[in-house]
Amino acid sequence: MAKFKMPFSFHVNMDSFIPATAQEKEYMVKMRPSSTFFKDGVKRLLRNKVATVSFFIVIIIALSSIILPAVWPYSYEQQLGITPGKPVDASFKNLAPFEYGETELERKEAGEFVFPHIFGTDSAGRDYFIRVVYGTRISLAVGFFASLIVLIIGVTIGSVAGYCGGKVDLVIMRIVDIIYSLPDMLMVILLAAVLNSALETAISGTMFEKLGTNIISLFIVFGTLYWVSMSRLIRGQILSLREQEYVLSSRATGAKGGWIIRKHLLPNCISVIVISTALQIPSAIFTESYLSFLGLGVNAPMPSLGSLASDALNGIKSYPHLLVIPAVVISLIVLSLNLFGDGLRDAFDPKLKN
Amino acid sequence: MNTKTLVYILKRVLLALLTVWVVITVTFFVTRLVPGGPFMGEKAISPAAMQALEAKYGLDKPVGEQYVTYLKDVVTKFDFGPSLKQRGRDVIDVIFDGMKVSAKLGLTAAFSALIAGTILGSVAALNRNKFIDRVIMVITTAFVSMPSFIMGSLLLLGFAVKLQWFPANGAAQGGLILPVITLALYPMAYITRLTRSSMLDVLGQDYIRTAKAKGVSKFKIIFGHALKNSLIPVITYFGPMLAYIVTGSLVVEKIFAVPGIGRAFVNSITGRDYPLIMGTTIVLATLIVVMNLVSDILYKVVDPRITFE
Repeated sequence: MAKFKMPFSFHVNMDSFIPATAQEKEYMVKMRPSSTFFKDGVKRLLRNKVATVSFFIVIIIALSSIILPAVWPYSYEQQLGITPGKPVDASFKNLAPFEYGETELERKEAGEFVFPHIFGTDSAGRDYFIRVVYGTRISLAVGFFASLIVLIIGVTIGSVAGYCGGKVDLVIMRIVDIIYSLPDMLMVILLAAVLNSALETAISGTMFEKLGTNIISLFIVFGTLYWVSMSRLIRGQILSLREQEYVLSSRATGAKGGWIIRKHLLPNCISVIVISTALQIPSAIFTESYLSFLGLGVNAPMPSLGSLASDALNGIKSYPHLLVIPAVVISLIVLSLNLFGDGLRDAFDPKLKN
Repeated sequence: MNTKTLVYILKRVLLALLTVWVVITVTFFVTRLVPGGPFMGEKAISPAAMQALEAKYGLDKPVGEQYVTYLKDVVTKFDFGPSLKQRGRDVIDVIFDGMKVSAKLGLTAAFSALIAGTILGSVAALNRNKFIDRVIMVITTAFVSMPSFIMGSLLLLGFAVKLQWFPANGAAQGGLILPVITLALYPMAYITRLTRSSMLDVLGQDYIRTAKAKGVSKFKIIFGHALKNSLIPVITYFGPMLAYIVTGSLVVEKIFAVPGIGRAFVNSITGRDYPLIMGTTIVLATLIVVMNLVSDILYKVVDPRITFE
């Protein structure tokens, strides 16, 4: 065949129409394995080094706060100087890191192994390391569950407002506007302060008693105040999604509103929901520690990072490490959760950035 | 100003008034949940004394009537009733005394944050992606994610206890320096980031290019053209900044023992002094709502390019 190319010829080059060989077909097929939205997002997330590192820091902190209390030889409320039937051993109070109390020194001299107090002990003679670990657990748990409450309430109200529209939407959004313009922290403090004493009698004897009034009032506060931004976000998404054709066709085949919201609308908002929940957790942890610092957080002797820092203020001159340790842990948690949330947002929904 | 602007302002004012009313109402009814009512102390008192107290504070009347009286007293006379723990003093006096110190603290912090944040943000924007920009961004990220009570405690530890440069007691001479720094760091970091991004935005605009093309000096471009417009978004931060400073001052005044309204508030919480809790919440909340309103309106009025919906 003539290889001379005629640029202006209208003759069809027959070479282009030869059936593909098996090898060529294979080459075409090998292009790239199909990818889902989720896989794409994870890939983008893993490429973001800061977010990945933060994620692992959070995981390590969370896992150790769950596992360590079970295997540690000391407990968060055990006052080491107090043994039943003996006078209080004051040598256990305010130990520096890796110091031992008097009885422990005796045991060590006898050749026994005594587990070290890595962070020393606090003013009541409790092992400080396990208190910090336990406080981390409380702070993380409160942050997680508070965000869960916000998620459930916010998504429910937001999707109802967005889907129903009209008067329902108008009323809900006016309520949201008002709650949104309330100074949240002041309201939180007021509610926490009042609910603490109001709940005391209400929960005594029930399963909630162990949880303590402060944590419950914290959850109530989150449930009543913090859902508004989530519901605003969901409403906005649903307002645009409900005009889509698939919603119309679903409605035409007789689907009810609840079904459409659950099966069609919410799955399409999933990235918004996940991202804002992820960013809600550090802010909930922050609020909890702030309230604990003011003395409105968890009930003693249960520690939280905020109350540990608050307690440490009294002895700041002599025992600064009691303050520095929870301060570092809390900053680390909030910082890495924020960075991870930002990474999640960039990976799954870059539009949300502003 | 056209009608649209006026309608917008009117709407915002109405929402603000509604919010203040909600704050007062919520505060009133929430504190009624406390067993024994908000005016009862912890100590048990004889039934006769209890009755006398109830009559004095109008607690024997139906709740609805009490609410109307409270609302009327608050709105017309700023009367929040007497403080429970500080005998013989009215809540409004306690608030007023605390406010003198706290206002000084808060305003100094706000202005230092504004000035430092603007400068740092402009420097970062002008040296975009250079070393100094990176340093500023890393530092501000750290400040933004550090809770104020951690920041305050660490500053207290470092500069008052270890180095002893400043007094640890807020009431002492020069004692307000550390509290001001603590309160100012977070808003400063936030304003820095805000200024940086809006400055970058403005520097990419056509009129900046025009100015450059006609040979205006770099100094004049920044201070004559760019800075003014890039500060507009900062106005929107005035409201949140005040809210931050108010809530931040609660812990900061506790840490540094500053005799301000924040410490009075915290003490009233631990002492269960409910009239003081109610009064302080209402006053501070109103302050924040008003500041939000002012910054919102100012934002729309300052920049004629912003359209109303």
